[in-house]
Amino acid sequence: MSAVPDEPRILDAGEAALVVEFGSTVDPAISDRVLALDDALGADPPDGLRERVPTYRSLMLHYDPLVLDRDALAARVRSLAAAADARAATAILWTLPCCYDAPHGEDIAQVAERTGLSPDAVVSTHAEATYRVYMYGFAPGFAYLGGLPKALAVPRRASPRPPHPRNAVVIGGGLAAVATVPMPTGWYVIGATPARLYAPEREPSFFVGAGDLIRFEPVDAATFDALTAREAAGEPVARRGEAP
Amino acid sequence: MTAVLAIGAAGPGVTLQDGGRHGYLRFGITAAGPMDPLMHATANRAAGNPLDATAIEISTGGITVGSEGGALGIALVAPGFRVALDGAALPGAVALTLEPGQSLAVRAGDAGSWGYLAVLGRLDVAPILGSTATHTRSALGGLDGRGLAAGDRLPVAEGRPGEDAPHSLAAPWLQRDGREIRVVLGPQDDYFAPDQIAAFLAGPWTVSPRGDRMACFLDGTPLTHAKGHDIVSDGVAMGAIQVPGNGLPIVLMADRQSTGGYPKIATVIGPDLGRLAQVRGGAEVRFRSVTVAEAVAARRAERAALGEPVAREPVVRTAFASDFLLGLNLVGGVIDGHA
Repeated sequence: MSAVPDEPRILDAGEAALVVEFGSTVDPAISDRVLALDDALGADPPDGLRERVPTYRSLMLHYDPLVLDRDALAARVRSLAAAADARAATAILWTLPCCYDAPHGEDIAQVAERTGLSPDAVVSTHAEATYRVYMYGFAPGFAYLGGLPKALAVPRRASPRPPHPRNAVVIGGGLAAVATVPMPTGWYVIGATPARLYAPEREPSFFVGAGDLIRFEPVDAATFDALTAREAAGEPVARRGEAP
Repeated sequence: MTAVLAIGAAGPGVTLQDGGRHGYLRFGITAAGPMDPLMHATANRAAGNPLDATAIEISTGGITVGSEGGALGIALVAPGFRVALDGAALPGAVALTLEPGQSLAVRAGDAGSWGYLAVLGRLDVAPILGSTATHTRSALGGLDGRGLAAGDRLPVAEGRPGEDAPHSLAAPWLQRDGREIRVVLGPQDDYFAPDQIAAFLAGPWTVSPRGDRMACFLDGTPLTHAKGHDIVSDGVAMGAIQVPGNGLPIVLMADRQSTGGYPKIATVIGPDLGRLAQVRGGAEVRFRSVTVAEAVAARRAERAALGEPVAREPVVRTAFASDFLLGLNLVGGVIDGHA
């Protein structure tokens, strides 16, 4: 684990955004610092702070510079970062049903070939791990997950595969993700969840936050279809618990 | 009676945009919103609307509109575009009343990439995640997340007629020079040696014609990285200038992704985003480094300008532009799009 600097670097991204950078690597300790600052600013946001965007290693703060002075925001960030060295909030553990069977786990054979694991071992290895939501990015509700077992650490594809269905469970580049919106992708599709991490017409439209934990619970294709129908009827199929 | 703005023709890239979808960047939702926020706000100001109200963003693909169900006032701010009401040429920035049966055509002209059409009233489109801004890549906002097309009918709540005769609009703050774009260096300027920062600022850079609402691509002498061209993804502001492995800068615009993994050498300041967006493919730009304080002062000046009324004076009718009419007849409702 790399060292986490005491003082974050504060970088300007133009005159209306600051990057508060805690490190340059993917590391749970760095992510903890990012999310602790995110929580602290969210609990008592200064006037003029518009959006907070946590990433693996930094927090981007979009602000209105005609309301909130850059140096005042930077000073606030420094004092909060010094005070909040650990995240106070208890992480939420979400259990998401996941169907790895045909037709959903369409790239499992390719992953098996690249890892030397059997297709069943690909599934069990993925399903036994607990993942951490580091950040969203790339597309609406696209959740980047850390915690993928090393045995499944396949590089991303050299060229993208055709678009996947909604709510695909994917791996690539040593990470896992839930890819909510159909798009061509360089990741491998190993399953699908009936839970909708992103539903713009639903309130709330997103229910999983950065810092939350996720487990995938294998279900067969018939169960997947039944759960998809329940989800569509407005009955959430993701189960919420507290992190152990 | 509810007026309806009827789309007779729309080229690629014509979308509905309000002030943008804010508050969801942390969930990967792009703000979208206008490519030229100042011009969008100016059109709304001229129409008497809130500055961030829904308006039509017109690309060089052009648009033809009419009114159904009643006379409807509009404010069009599209300097450099060719505009005609039933074939009679009008200025690119104009307020007028569309009577049912009339047809207003807006086509790409000598300059300008984007124009804005606001109605006197409210384009009655259901917001999603708090905004009507269209982000076509994620099929979000506007009409079913797509650009406007022939046959679309946009209901106008509280629509009302404007003045009887067309009036030209004058907003001096829109007389902007696109050749010099101000930037704040960073956030990853430390990924470049000083001579490469200097080369970036010296330019010149040629705006590539393949740009769109997501990005403005620049051609020129490639830059080299001092510390590689991959970073662990971090947040991306509108106007961020990322430099990928090929060394050619890309300015990320309204439809950009919320996070990205290339070093960002500099960020275009807010007041200059619109002027860069208006630069046509093939034209040259240079970048000038300013401090955050200078950028904030420019923002303050822009805000003050928008507090001024948009001056208007009656359009003096001249002879019909015959080449323009001929052009309209030739296209016959079919639009020449980008490239």
